[in-house]
Amino acid sequence: MADLAYHQTPAARIGRFGIYAVLALFALYYLAPLYVMVVTSLKSLEEVRNGNLLALPAAPSLEAWSTAWSSACTGVECSGIQGYFWNSIKMLVPAVALSTLIGAVNGYVLAMWRFKGSDLFFTLLMIGCFLPFQVVILPMAQMLGFLGLENGTARLVLVHTIYGLAFTTMFFRNFYVTIPDELVKAARIDGAGFLRIFFRIMLPISLPTIAVCVIWQTTQIWNDFLFGVVFSAGETQPMTVALNNLVNTSTGVKHYNVEMAAAIIAALPTLCVYAFGGKYFIRGLTAGAVKG
Amino acid sequence: MSPSPSGAQLTLHEGSPSMPSLQTASASRFGRLVDVVLPKIVVAPTMVASLVCFYGFVLWTAWLSLTESRILPKYEIVGLVQYQELFSNERWWAAMKNLGVFGGLFIFFSLAVGLLLAVFLDQKIRREGALRTIYLYPMALSFIVTGTAWKWMLNPGLGLEKLMHDFGFSDFTFDWIVNPDMAIYTVVIAGVWQSSGFVMALFLAGLRGIDDAIIKAAQVDGANLPTIYRRIVIPSLRPVFFSAFMILAHIAIKSFDLVMALTNAGPGLATDLPSIFMYQHGFNRGQLGLGAASAMIMLATAAAIVVPFLYSELRSQRRG
Repeated sequence: MADLAYHQTPAARIGRFGIYAVLALFALYYLAPLYVMVVTSLKSLEEVRNGNLLALPAAPSLEAWSTAWSSACTGVECSGIQGYFWNSIKMLVPAVALSTLIGAVNGYVLAMWRFKGSDLFFTLLMIGCFLPFQVVILPMAQMLGFLGLENGTARLVLVHTIYGLAFTTMFFRNFYVTIPDELVKAARIDGAGFLRIFFRIMLPISLPTIAVCVIWQTTQIWNDFLFGVVFSAGETQPMTVALNNLVNTSTGVKHYNVEMAAAIIAALPTLCVYAFGGKYFIRGLTAGAVKG
Repeated sequence: MSPSPSGAQLTLHEGSPSMPSLQTASASRFGRLVDVVLPKIVVAPTMVASLVCFYGFVLWTAWLSLTESRILPKYEIVGLVQYQELFSNERWWAAMKNLGVFGGLFIFFSLAVGLLLAVFLDQKIRREGALRTIYLYPMALSFIVTGTAWKWMLNPGLGLEKLMHDFGFSDFTFDWIVNPDMAIYTVVIAGVWQSSGFVMALFLAGLRGIDDAIIKAAQVDGANLPTIYRRIVIPSLRPVFFSAFMILAHIAIKSFDLVMALTNAGPGLATDLPSIFMYQHGFNRGQLGLGAASAMIMLATAAAIVVPFLYSELRSQRRG
């Protein structure tokens, strides 16, 4: 391949070394914040003040973690981030499940049961992906008020489901259009109907797409801040909002070790998703990109 | 067959051969009717939701922007007063200028770093998988987490500055995050940290799609590698540049959480952005109309970038 040229001259060998050096330096740039967060969270506040960013903790302790989890102040409340962590879980699970399931059915229809106007519908949905959410949040707040939906978690499930549908539909539709029509035709000749074909044939072969979709939605919803801060208040706020409150509204002494522990806790779920489903995560990102 | 979730009407289809043919025919006619109606029924909720919550809400916001709504919405149209107020608001223009500075640098450096890493990674690098994993993990984080981490590292008293002092560079100062003239650049640093790995992944996928034969042919013709990249490889990545640009521009325009966590729009309003202006006027300051007007300008900004792109994409598709 292209690198053959590199092994020929000493100059090329130096060039090759340079490439590795640049790649390694960038690896350090990306890893540094994670390293700093972890070591800071394991230090005592005194050590944070006296030491420096990169120093390893002299006596590693999880005290900052337990403070962050159960007694740190997020605004006026001082009961840690645990409640908000569970809020995010309670919002995440139904929103991901609903948007994935509805997206799968939509994609199935748009790929295999096209009707007059279905392509237009898909186009409209895709254009919706480009909207900056700032342009819909004021009416959404009004509408949630009309609906009388008071519970912040329920509001966020609804909002995340609705605004996730464009992407989940796209993932499944783009997968199902690659399935040969003959499969559906044969199944119909055998007497299978719309729902049977979906549940018995399509869903079982969609597992990779389901993984892409679930991972995409999980990271989107868990990491969201705008909807969280706009549509929920007080005790129903999600994790990201609580973390921001903890970092930005604390007065007096800044507990950097606690802040870092809280930030890591907030990052852990999506980091785990990335660690275990990285392949699907990247596929989702690039699928979204190809779409634009 | 085990019972399927598809309900009773479908079991009618499974007529055994001994079943009277008339019954089978009417059952399948019924089945066929179901198959015509059901697809429309199942997509109807999404159709309604997207029409209302995307397009309806944009019109609703547009309407609000033409009213005198303050804390509560009013629906009497008074014309363009909110836009006049917006355009004579110095804070708004400062926020737009910040968006220009942040967006421009963020997009440029994310593209540059992403392309550099992708080209280097494409040179048959050992441990490529591990490096890719490292470069891309920030994309899995919330901007709030990114902002929190960088806020701590850029802290002049205890962060990077102190680290350099400990290393013996006692004159080193790095106070950008508290310096109103420089704070916006810290947003760029954190933003590029988070997004450049993603751009790398896009470019790498593009590079892997290029036919090796073209590069080999150019080498046979005596072209050196940098020339091949400059003249052949990078120009063929044009579509990737386009989609990366679009995504980055989109991230920049709606950028909100990163600034909230990193600088809280400060010091003062030095890192204010249109999204923060919109949020504060629409939700905290009881200026619904002004918030709606600023949201419409954000939409127009996004459209100004997306529409030409889509247009050129569609045109090249038709040609191709």
